[in-house]
Amino acid sequence: MALSHLKSSSSGSNFLKPLATAFSLRRPISTSTDPITVETSVPFTTHRCDPPSRTVETSPQELLSFFRDMATMRRMEIAADSLYKAKLIRGFCHLYDGQEAVAVGMEAAITKKDSIITAYRDHCTFLGRGGTLLEIFSELMGRQGGCSSGKGGSMHFYKKKSGFYGGHGIVGAQVPLGCGLAFAHKYNKDDAVAFALYGDGAANQGQLFEALNISALWDLPVILVYGMGTAEWRAAKSPSYYKRGDYVPGLKVDGMDAFAVKQACKFAKEHALKSGPI
Amino acid sequence: MATIFQGLRGGAAAALTNSIDSKKLLSRSTRRSLSERKVSFPVVRSDGSVNLNPGGSNARARRVDQLITNAVATKADSSAASSTSKPGHELLLFEALREGLEEEMDRDPHVCVMGEDVGHYGGSYKVTRGLADKYGDLRVLDTPIAENSFTGMGIGAAMTGLRPIVEGMNMGFLLLAFNQISNNCGMLHYTSGGQFTIPVVIRGPGGVGRQLGAEHSQRLESYFQSIPGIQMVACSTPYNAKGLMKAAIRSENPVILFEHVLLYNLKERIPDEEYICNLEEAEMVRPGEHVTILTYSRMRYHVMQAAKTLVNKGYDPEVIDIRSLKPFDLHMIGNSVKKTHRVLIVEECMRTGGIGASLTAAITENFHDYLDAPIVCLSSQDVPTPYAGTLEEWTVVQPAQIVTAVEQLCQ
Repeated sequence: MALSHLKSSSSGSNFLKPLATAFSLRRPISTSTDPITVETSVPFTTHRCDPPSRTVETSPQELLSFFRDMATMRRMEIAADSLYKAKLIRGFCHLYDGQEAVAVGMEAAITKKDSIITAYRDHCTFLGRGGTLLEIFSELMGRQGGCSSGKGGSMHFYKKKSGFYGGHGIVGAQVPLGCGLAFAHKYNKDDAVAFALYGDGAANQGQLFEALNISALWDLPVILVYGMGTAEWRAAKSPSYYKRGDYVPGLKVDGMDAFAVKQACKFAKEHALKSGPI
Repeated sequence: MATIFQGLRGGAAAALTNSIDSKKLLSRSTRRSLSERKVSFPVVRSDGSVNLNPGGSNARARRVDQLITNAVATKADSSAASSTSKPGHELLLFEALREGLEEEMDRDPHVCVMGEDVGHYGGSYKVTRGLADKYGDLRVLDTPIAENSFTGMGIGAAMTGLRPIVEGMNMGFLLLAFNQISNNCGMLHYTSGGQFTIPVVIRGPGGVGRQLGAEHSQRLESYFQSIPGIQMVACSTPYNAKGLMKAAIRSENPVILFEHVLLYNLKERIPDEEYICNLEEAEMVRPGEHVTILTYSRMRYHVMQAAKTLVNKGYDPEVIDIRSLKPFDLHMIGNSVKKTHRVLIVEECMRTGGIGASLTAAITENFHDYLDAPIVCLSSQDVPTPYAGTLEEWTVVQPAQIVTAVEQLCQ
């Protein structure tokens, strides 16, 4: 393909070759927006709804942006880990490496008008919402240049302008807040949705089910996104988390596949705007 | 028969009656007009006894309780004559709250109310009556019994710019939402580096009622006072109830507005024109020279009753309703301490860790040199509120105790 063609045509010393290749590689691929179709690796499993198609449309530009963003997130988290071990980041530091596909896939499916709220594992989600590395590291190290002026720390990243609502320390408390964001979207009639992310610790919290009940009752456009963390067998009687909503539809997605996440989020947004929580 | 209470601004002492002589106070016509409205709500009788009937039918709780002391100051002359001559209009405290709420909802489309039974039922104390019909289901929201989550939802909505008013059916139920109030409501403004303001108002009735039992007679102001980032106010008259409600809704900070179960039926004449009360100001109820009595909410009425006795005995107490529980209005309090040099705090909170305890510390820290005697703080007993009426009475500060305390303080 274009890649190998470029490689063979680049000339120069062995020393400069990788640099030249890297430099000349970037331009032709990244600006192409021709659609490419990809199949998700694993089919979707559903609860009370029809699954979306496994065929996802993407483009070389999007592919490269996925790669760039995910690589940045991974490197960032590893760097944060080193800083934490060097005691330059104090308190708690919850890392997102390994889950980058979720953040990146979600961003690809939605706009900045939609709201995202998550718990304390928020570094990469913040980056995905438009945060800069400088803001992130400043905040982690308690500096004024941080996104919360150094007053929040690892668990309290927010970016109001891009609809990122944090960043919360207490497990599960962000889910009712997320339903409140969805309520505000419905109140303001702005055709946007709220994504409330949580893990399996929060999945056993009463307030989650309370919030789900109210959201279903009031048809709020909220999407509850669950990701793994605690050992299933230790804490949960029913490990089928996507079915736990009972009367609320659910979708099981392979979180390692950014395309599946993108498709699922697009589907979920349409569903939430039409028929309420999912 | 509703008790009439005239506002005590401007320093006029309340005219108080004993339990014996007030039968002529209220005319039958008042009672009839109330029943015509087909509303059943707790009624404070002229002799101080109360029928507590939170939102139930007329038949249910019409018991006459002879043991209750005068909870509310009453006016000696008849109320029926006073309607037409003065400006303003008369209403009950819950109506004043509703008026304030309605005016703010008219003024700002972002204001919404959420709570249990606030919508179609009209509110368990009728504060939101009629609002659901007027503004629709999206602005007056009936929630299921899920305090933790609907308080969280209110806060989430406030983060985006809406101004929700979260009603706890009883303040005690908000303990279930303590996490949301403390961690999210109080702290989000700070932890987000100022990006978000949380203009939420959390309100509800609290305090010791009439034999409601321990769990429904809680005073949450002492638990909430340490939460950084929130403001607390307590209303006590229809005038300040409406004013504080409006100010709280307009404030960009989270405000907790404490109402009292027994004060919802106080009647007062309030101005027709729009007004708001300052959230951080105290109210001078009765200027005096001998002793400063600081109080708030229902205890204001016990204090005014005791004040009547004290005046007869020759004392001149200065009574201040502190209204703002967090932060304290140390300006007015300080000026008063500098004048009288003696402080008595009368509160309904528990002795340990209550508002009185904080106020004592604040006054001692700031005005120690002006005090001629140690600050005396009269609070409720550190016990769960008993069901039996006699026992319940003894856990709360009574006017006789206030009189004794002042006498001892002024020796």
